[in-house]
Amino acid sequence: MVTLAAMSAAAALTACGPPSDSGDDNSSSGGGTDAKTATSVDDFGGMDALVKAAQKEGTLNVIALPPDWANYGAIIDAFSKKYGIKVQSDQPDAASQDEINAADQLKGTDRAPDVFDLGQSVALANTDKYAPYKVATFDDIPDQFKDPDGTWVNDYGGYMSVGYDSDKVPDVAALDALLGPDFKGKVALNGDPTQAGAAFSGVVMASIANGGSADDIAPGVDYFKKLKDAGNFLPVDPTAATIESGQTPVVIDWDYLNAAETAKLPSWKVVVPEGAVVAGYYFQAINNDAPHPAAARLWEEYLYSDEGQNLWLAGGARPVRADAMVAAGTIDQSKYDALPTVTGTPVIPTNEQTEKMAAYLAANWAKAVG
Amino acid sequence: MDAIAAASTTAPRARPRRTSVAPWLGLLPFLLYVTIFLVWPTLSVVSGAFRSEDGGFTLERVRALTDETALRALRQSLYLSFSSAALGAVLGALLAYLIVTAPPNSLMRRTVTAVCGVLAQFGGVTLAFAWLATLGFNGLLTNLFADVLGTSGTGSTWLYELPGLILVYTYFQIPLMVIVFMPALEGLRPQWREAAVNLGASTFQYWIKVALPLLRPAFLGSALLLFANAFAAYATAAALISQGSFITPLLIRTSLTSEVVLGQKGLGFALALQMVVVVAIVMTAYALMLRRTARWLR
Repeated sequence: MVTLAAMSAAAALTACGPPSDSGDDNSSSGGGTDAKTATSVDDFGGMDALVKAAQKEGTLNVIALPPDWANYGAIIDAFSKKYGIKVQSDQPDAASQDEINAADQLKGTDRAPDVFDLGQSVALANTDKYAPYKVATFDDIPDQFKDPDGTWVNDYGGYMSVGYDSDKVPDVAALDALLGPDFKGKVALNGDPTQAGAAFSGVVMASIANGGSADDIAPGVDYFKKLKDAGNFLPVDPTAATIESGQTPVVIDWDYLNAAETAKLPSWKVVVPEGAVVAGYYFQAINNDAPHPAAARLWEEYLYSDEGQNLWLAGGARPVRADAMVAAGTIDQSKYDALPTVTGTPVIPTNEQTEKMAAYLAANWAKAVG
Repeated sequence: MDAIAAASTTAPRARPRRTSVAPWLGLLPFLLYVTIFLVWPTLSVVSGAFRSEDGGFTLERVRALTDETALRALRQSLYLSFSSAALGAVLGALLAYLIVTAPPNSLMRRTVTAVCGVLAQFGGVTLAFAWLATLGFNGLLTNLFADVLGTSGTGSTWLYELPGLILVYTYFQIPLMVIVFMPALEGLRPQWREAAVNLGASTFQYWIKVALPLLRPAFLGSALLLFANAFAAYATAAALISQGSFITPLLIRTSLTSEVVLGQKGLGFALALQMVVVVAIVMTAYALMLRRTARWLR
């Protein structure tokens, strides 16, 4: 039923769209067919040809990119302005799995997403849906952050952090402090950890702070149970609006999402708790069924260019090419220095560890906080 | 005259055939709609619940319903539906009685009936946000209570948990009860009361021996409808609850959209089948009750 509804909705919408869109897709002359299988900008015959092919398609479909997430609002605007390509941003608040669902349901229509930005587990479970592509700056990206063929490439990442309004609560140094009476009804987690990757990493962080490891998330669940029993855990999904209005004075979330709030609320501070450093990178991939294959590849080129990487950095995220850009002196140094300080070895759970922890969470989370 | 005569001579033969086809033609759009949006999804849920990943028959998905998480969600769902249905039925029946005893054309009666018609359909995201703005953190009443009574402005999270859901569901259950229960109350003929009084019954005896037994099937039937209504509600809970997915509809969402626990589609099918079964049982009971009620309301 969902499929039918979504498809009829898509059909209705495309029917209203400008006729030139569908015309371009059907006349797969020259660049159109090549673009689907192109694995680098050379396959187009250079950047200019890629830009031209992308402009001919005219549109780029992106999905699940919230404007206030890692600066995506500005990135979309800048890309759109620079190349004169319309960016159709669907379901900005959707989760990673929704992106894959949408790609399946809209397959073959020109409303299907062209590119994905996915959390680790979803990304690695669906690699057969991606078109391999190596951006021009592919070699700058450290090996552990990319598939050797460019099927997926990490794009930006960060550390789990505690963001808090220093006007409303005392300074936070460690997670244990959040259990105190000053934080009654004040601590929120960005989403349900059985559903959202960011919240999941938040529980991993709590686990590591309490003697757990990437193999053992149980202490993290216990921590949130204690938080809940103390009346401190807020079962509210934090957003920019709840932070600004003061409803969620403490938010456990990625540092780049928390850092973005400081611009709007100067008293908002971000800490990566010492001894509980959890890192996570997102995964960028091109839909192998992309209705706008050239635009999708141009988007990737843009994201991994110095300009795109610095835009992520401006949103508080750590771009994957950061080290190479520091060496080359092309990074926005003031923004880079402003990132929250991190002490300790970061923990990056592997896919197997994530699966094991997810199974434990699925069985125990609702019991702990429901 | 001639035309009528001509028509009347041909009519007896033509009419029976036309009446046998025309209603079916008229029903066609409805049947089509029901097939696409009710029959087909139900069949796909049933078949999906028994199909394994590679397409063969399996009981594995249905067996997952006995996992503690699924059982817990079912228990909480039943508890939520039962509580909100019981509250809604009792309060709604009282309100319906007050309305029925008012003069048929009074402003109060017309207003309350109209308002109930609107509020019974007032669910989902709008309702959830209305409650959040009133009783949530920084809600109107929360802040007022904090100012006047000195209660904590932030400390209480009950609205975001099961008690909150019961309260919010009751908000649309009461008007629904008024709407479905009022015809039964209106069916209580004054003559029955007069007859009872003539035979020497007190008001109390009339209610216990005549009115309540007459109303019982209608009351229970309406309560069952309320139960199914709450059991199947999704949007209100989805907008209000962001942690725990502790009722079945929310657990289905998690199984379909989670980016952490993957490959749960099978559980989603099984949970949906479970809901179909519960609602089918409740609605069968409702239909039986309705048949008993109908005897008195003719």
